Amino acid sequence: MKVKLDVGRYNPEADENNHFREEFELEVEDHFTVLDALMQIRDYEDPSLAMRCSCRASICGSCAMKVNGTSGLACNTKIIDVIRKDGSVKVDPAGNLPVVKDLVVDMQPFWNKMREIKPYIQVKGPEPEAEYIAPQQSMLDLVGAVGCIMCGACYSDCTVLEVDNNFLGPAALAKASRFIDDPRDEMDAERFAQLNQYTGVWDCTRCMACVEVCPKGVFPMDRIMSIRDKIMNAGMKNTNGARHAEGFASIIKNYGTLDETQLVIKTFGVFNPIVALSNIKSLFGLLPVAFRAFRKKKLPPIFHHKIVGVAFIKKIFKKLEA
Amino acid sequence: MKVAFYPGCVSKGGCPELYPATLKICEKLGIELDELEGASCTGSGVLQEKDRLLGDVLNARTFAMAEQKNLPIMTICSTCQGVMAQANKRLTDSDHPEYLEQVNSFLKEEGLEYKGTTVIKHILWILVEDFGVDKVKTLFVRQLTDLKIAPFYGCYIVRPSWALDFEDNPDRQQSLEMLIEAVGATVVDFDGKTRCCGFPLLTINEKNSVSMVAKHTSTVQELGADAMVTPCPLCHLNLDGYQPKARKQSGVSIHMPILHLPQLIGLALGFSPTEMGLQRHIVSTEAINKAVMESNPV
Repeated sequence: MKVKLDVGRYNPEADENNHFREEFELEVEDHFTVLDALMQIRDYEDPSLAMRCSCRASICGSCAMKVNGTSGLACNTKIIDVIRKDGSVKVDPAGNLPVVKDLVVDMQPFWNKMREIKPYIQVKGPEPEAEYIAPQQSMLDLVGAVGCIMCGACYSDCTVLEVDNNFLGPAALAKASRFIDDPRDEMDAERFAQLNQYTGVWDCTRCMACVEVCPKGVFPMDRIMSIRDKIMNAGMKNTNGARHAEGFASIIKNYGTLDETQLVIKTFGVFNPIVALSNIKSLFGLLPVAFRAFRKKKLPPIFHHKIVGVAFIKKIFKKLEA
Repeated sequence: MKVAFYPGCVSKGGCPELYPATLKICEKLGIELDELEGASCTGSGVLQEKDRLLGDVLNARTFAMAEQKNLPIMTICSTCQGVMAQANKRLTDSDHPEYLEQVNSFLKEEGLEYKGTTVIKHILWILVEDFGVDKVKTLFVRQLTDLKIAPFYGCYIVRPSWALDFEDNPDRQQSLEMLIEAVGATVVDFDGKTRCCGFPLLTINEKNSVSMVAKHTSTVQELGADAMVTPCPLCHLNLDGYQPKARKQSGVSIHMPILHLPQLIGLALGFSPTEMGLQRHIVSTEAINKAVMESNPV
């Protein structure tokens, strides 16, 4: 099968703004991956094409890049599947990271954030004389998170990092959950305090991009949500994120459907002077939004109705809370 | 066609123009709506943060109500659609039938039981799959040929793909573009169409949320779009309601009307912009209204 690969290239040696696209036409077998095709180009057509790769078997995590706009490992993306789905193949370097040359990105910001969450076991007392002992089941529970090969596909597709490169990102947060869930690690409180801040778990927008592109089934967003829950269970509830989650649940419990006005009041802590003061800028910022909505008759009803059968909803909540 | 209608919370709350617009177009399309009056919120992914089982029980309750009526559920919100689809996958997982039993144990007191047969479809998918684009086109009385429209899907109708049956229904990933073309408009394609609008971050990190609004609306403006269309009212709330802030924060003079999908369909079906509630949008749709009223009849 003959295919065309449209490759996003960058050659800073020629000129620091030297971004260009180049199309390569080549003959590929049905079993060819995007990486096979790129290696063929590099080996037979243009030896200057820069890319990272090593194992070619989805183990080393070196070849994360974008294929038709979606991040993944080039070595486990079959050309024929891409052609069947989209009809063409466009390859670009991973997103949210500076490009060094062609398809090679600078992973330093990714590694820096990984280091920030202290990705190793920490204990408070003396270290054990021999190995750390952990129950078998607790290790089995960690299998999913441990599967991360740090390829950066989730980082590349993260929609928050697209607008704020301070966010720790899905890989580092999923790694943090791996240590929070490890019974040998004793720094949950310190980890919670760090992840409860700006750049931590509450800055995830729950878009599921990381879940979709992770080649190893780590489900980073699910792990971020689990940290949020653990933070709240640890009693750390003085954030808009925690108030939003709890306020949302209490409104559904009592009404069945969402009352947006109540949710805003609960999230910004309008009836708690200390909380309200901390949100004063946001509250003032809401005024023009509310005014515009009022003018266009878009404000939600003042009195929110309860749905038929709300008593059963309340019972379900109570049973599960118990 | 008759459906169990699940309007979601926002079509009767922050986007009150969406609910009546949907009723009007469904009447014209011949979709009979049997509204699920006692259905609760899906949990929107927020309840599921804390307790996935709780979210699944609430959704199973809604599915059971539709099952009793022997009707598929029709949603009009990408978030509702996605959250329900994920819940239904878990509830109907043949490897874990005990999960459905566990969930049903919470519904017993209300006399409900979910057997696992309910189909849940967004109106976007109903139009493309159950009607078919060709049939929908025969009902249109206007050709909106002067409009260039960018699609904006909303996260949960495109991710996670394991819940959305794309393999069996490949058109779902191009469904918005198909309908934009069907009304006669030109599709303005852009990478951001499947990204996040920023709504879930709004009360947590408004700056980032508004940055997302600015990014998407300014991109399609540069590409020459006259409007964006979305099947998700939460995206609409942010992209429309927070566009003035996005303008201020980014320093870019953005003016991008955002249409709900049922409004776009309604305009092609012959309804006036006022009948579709466009006057209730924060970003003025004046140019769209003019193009619609001056458009060619089919």
